[in-house]
Amino acid sequence: MNIIEVRNLSRAYGDVKAVDDISFDVAEGEIFAFLGPNGAGKSTTIKMLTTLLKPTTGTIRVNGHDPVTESDAVRHSFGIVFQDSAVDDELTAWENMEFHGVLYGVPKVRRRQRIDELLTFVELSDRRNSQVKEFSGGMRRRLEIARGLLHTPRVVFLDEPTLGLDPQTRNHMWSYLQQLNQSDKTTVFFSTHYMEEAERVAQRIAIIDHGKIVAMGTAASLREETKTESLEEAFLALTGKTIRAEEGSSTDRMRMIARSRRGR
Amino acid sequence: MGPAIYIMWLRQMKRFLRSRARIVASLAQPLLFLVTFGFGFSAIFRQAGAGNYINFLAPGIVAMAIVFSSVFSGIEVMWDRQFGFLKETLVAPVPRTALMLGRTLGGATVALIQGVLVLVVTILIGFRPAPWALLVPAIIVMALIAVIFTAFGTAMGARIRDMQGFQLIMNFIIMPIFFLSGALFPLAGLPAVMYWIVRIDPLSYGVDALRGLLINASHFGLALDLGVLVAVAAALLSIGAYFFSTIEV
Repeated sequence: MNIIEVRNLSRAYGDVKAVDDISFDVAEGEIFAFLGPNGAGKSTTIKMLTTLLKPTTGTIRVNGHDPVTESDAVRHSFGIVFQDSAVDDELTAWENMEFHGVLYGVPKVRRRQRIDELLTFVELSDRRNSQVKEFSGGMRRRLEIARGLLHTPRVVFLDEPTLGLDPQTRNHMWSYLQQLNQSDKTTVFFSTHYMEEAERVAQRIAIIDHGKIVAMGTAASLREETKTESLEEAFLALTGKTIRAEEGSSTDRMRMIARSRRGR
Repeated sequence: MGPAIYIMWLRQMKRFLRSRARIVASLAQPLLFLVTFGFGFSAIFRQAGAGNYINFLAPGIVAMAIVFSSVFSGIEVMWDRQFGFLKETLVAPVPRTALMLGRTLGGATVALIQGVLVLVVTILIGFRPAPWALLVPAIIVMALIAVIFTAFGTAMGARIRDMQGFQLIMNFIIMPIFFLSGALFPLAGLPAVMYWIVRIDPLSYGVDALRGLLINASHFGLALDLGVLVAVAAALLSIGAYFFSTIEV
């Protein structure tokens, strides 16, 4: 069964097409990597999959539901770790978890038990009552992963989850996620800039550039297709060597819109 | 929807109680107005035969404290956007209306607490409400003012993305609303144009209701005051809920 189905999905900002007619499926229980240079459309796609942004055209199914018309069903199905930190600094680790659990309607007894389990799982249970503002970047990430898993989602989205993390934390994080993927068949959908990470953990990889999927398959098949030795070389062969502008923030989007208006 | 509203409210309360600096800072400005205007104009006010200026001014200053604290909730929405927490709430399987209502009730509760603190300070400085029993309905009016301006701030926070934009709102909407509300001066005998501006300012009715209850000096009458306040609150809550339902990040 496919947990994610995307057909002819596009999203335009003004005249600029951030995502341009992409289609792909992710099977249940898969670890799927989404690679692409800055501004390729990774974050925009994840935002559309997670109900934060409406597609301009095309259809999406997440766990069998449409993010536009059945947003609540979709929201129950996934957990997400955003590119930038999304925890409340003034609250404690435990309070952030509790807040999430209540919003997702996890019943109290089960909620408290899951919070204990997950804080232990990400090795934060001794810091449960510390305010998040005292946490390091790695600790925040671990907390966000624990939080994203609290309502036992069928699929976890991670948008460049390891950005700015040291190798120790990165390894830790992936071992949690792989463990979870094995035990609960939780689907993992992530975007990253680290090719060796994608090569190591992802079962299938899609490479997106200028809003279009330029290649999709296992790391081995991508290397074969491009006749290269590593995923990094394959990636460069597919996307070229030009340096791209940053994507993502609202200011950048404003700039994109401004640019497209000037071009008219 | 209930639990979501409650947890949003609880978060605001926790954040407020943890930032003592904000509690103190929020008292400073109203106090400055009360002391400088209150004592500064009190002699002239009395000579003009208008009575005790501190008594006249105190309800206006209480309203002011509530308005400024309420609008601050809009800045909190922008902070949440900046620090990413807004997204955490936007992907949650709850109606956006619940998020908006929870935020508004939380912010309004904080503003009401600050309003009550300022009211206590005005009493310490020499304000004498009469009769004391009407403090209870006065607090209900304060809560209405808090809901109106928190809903306004939250709705703006959903639409405005930067501090500069919010600064414009403060300077061109909130400051005029405060200065034209009759918080500082009596409404009788104003030039006609200004009087009509005062009449379209929703805060005028809030200040007037407080004066009606606390010093028995209502200009519009309590029924009209409450009617306008409830209608404006309902309208702003609806607009805010709509703005929240359309947020994309």
